[in-house]
Amino acid sequence: MEALFAFCVGILTTCGIFLVLRSRTFPVVVGLTLLSYAVNLFLFSMGRLSVDSAAVIGANSTYADPLPQALVLTAIVIGFAMTAFVVILSMRGRGDLGNDHVDGRIPDHSSLTDKEKS
Amino acid sequence: MQHLVIMPFLLPLLAGVLLILPPIQNSITRQRIFAVGSSMLVLVVSSGLLKEVMSQGTQLYALGNWSAPYGIVLVADPLAALLVLLTSILALASILYACAGEDETGMYYHTLILLLVAGVNGAFLTGDLFNLFVCFEILLIASYALLIHGGGKHKTQASLHYVILNLVGSSIFLFALGILYGMLGTLNTADMAVKLQTLDPDETTLVKIAGLLLLIVFGLKSAMLPLHFWLPRTYAAASAPVAAMFAIMTKVGIYSIFRVHTVIFGDFAGDLANIAQFWLWPIAVLTLIAGAIGALASQNLKMLTANMILISVGTLLTGAALGREDASGASFYYLLHTTLVSAAMFLIADLIAKQRGKAADRFVAARLMKQRDLLAGLYFVAAIAMVGMPPLSGFIGKALLLQSAHTGAEMGWVWSSILFAGLASIIALSRAGTTLFWRTTGNTADTDGNPVHITQLMAIVFLLSLSPLLVLFAGPITSMTHEAAAVLHNPELSVRALLPVLGE
Repeated sequence: MEALFAFCVGILTTCGIFLVLRSRTFPVVVGLTLLSYAVNLFLFSMGRLSVDSAAVIGANSTYADPLPQALVLTAIVIGFAMTAFVVILSMRGRGDLGNDHVDGRIPDHSSLTDKEKS
Repeated sequence: MQHLVIMPFLLPLLAGVLLILPPIQNSITRQRIFAVGSSMLVLVVSSGLLKEVMSQGTQLYALGNWSAPYGIVLVADPLAALLVLLTSILALASILYACAGEDETGMYYHTLILLLVAGVNGAFLTGDLFNLFVCFEILLIASYALLIHGGGKHKTQASLHYVILNLVGSSIFLFALGILYGMLGTLNTADMAVKLQTLDPDETTLVKIAGLLLLIVFGLKSAMLPLHFWLPRTYAAASAPVAAMFAIMTKVGIYSIFRVHTVIFGDFAGDLANIAQFWLWPIAVLTLIAGAIGALASQNLKMLTANMILISVGTLLTGAALGREDASGASFYYLLHTTLVSAAMFLIADLIAKQRGKAADRFVAARLMKQRDLLAGLYFVAAIAMVGMPPLSGFIGKALLLQSAHTGAEMGWVWSSILFAGLASIIALSRAGTTLFWRTTGNTADTDGNPVHITQLMAIVFLLSLSPLLVLFAGPITSMTHEAAAVLHNPELSVRALLPVLGE
């Protein structure tokens, strides 16, 4: 179970970092979302993975650590708000700057898009 | 007062919420009066907190009375109290300045500033790393909104970079927190320092990774070298009172480096003692050099001021790299000085830009400013303080820091890099001053732009007058900053005293 979990977090982080490094805002936003999924899963596993154990002492022979669950809940809420903000901001960037490049302008080597811009 | 510790966090939060409710929200005059009033109240409360901390030692506030390593605690030690006071001063100046009209260019200016203050104060006061993350997010989301306040292409573009970088930073912060919690089983700063001493040697590598990930996150916030590219453009794009308020934001990163890498990964962390020092040395020197080159290459006054902030970050990082009590004390004095003066410089740059018509604050010949003598006087005082020339506080800050380098190698690196950055800033600022004030074409009469508003002048004079005050009361203030450093470097005070459970 641990290996599969670690594999999932690793894949999500890799895809997230790859997409964050793209030059258009939409992939970057998707990359940030994947990264925050990876972070949430990672935080969740920090109380160690266990099956059939509630976060209540005495209800079962084993019990899960409740703190990572609380942390993940906070991180999800914050991540959700930040994603909403960055989506709106990139839409506004698209409107204000006329393109969806993260630098606000298409690099010079494509002269065709340069003409489109002006 | 028992609840004084949480007040600098709670008051701006409440005031910010009240500002968007009907009786106040309807009229801009009422908003201004309420915002100035509440920021003055925050200033009074934070002075009260500093006084209490100085007379009675570190204050511990356990929320819901759940005691230290298990519950959430706020810790007001001298350093946190000093920085909370600094934040309140900046907030008052920023709000005063914005009352001249900046707050009408968009909605909720005062609310956002007060929420930013709540986040910054929370970050200074919190006693555990997860709440540091939460407070970072509070101050960041307020800063995102403030950065695009007023709108415009430049702001959207700078904001996009700033937001994406900080979101990646937040993810890295959470990864580091996850590793630390998984390895040490606690989030409380003091408890972490204790647990680190009894760490299984097999697990040190993971904890070291977490510690260095935290350095990356704080480095991003404080704009240290490889992570500084966002700063000049962001600060130059922000409107003046926002940029002045942002002067505290890099200091939140610096504060966190001092807090985490002195208390948790400090001298007593066993195998992990001073893991950051190895990286901080080259980064500090290179940040200073990059800031100096940036200052010399700047084409306008706002960009120059942003690069001066970079130099101050480099200077503070050398203090952190020295990693001793006297160096930290000197850094805290310099931190107070540089935050106030660079905030004032951003405000002055805005006034200059408004009176020069199309030339704005670019270093080109332009028409004579309407109030050149006033602005030149303010600029002169701010520039003297900023480069660290004798009569004002920059000199004392830098002299203290230079003095705290003891061995030959340290002196070689610290003295040469700080003095080089100082020389570069003198050249850059004097070149800027001569161009802005003396290279004029045409006469005053047909210059456009409004005269300086009284609240704008009040804000700048308020900030600048604190620089001579820092010199006049240098004795008590340096003893205060040295006490703050002493608390930080003494585990009896920074760790044991905060964990009542361990004492039993």
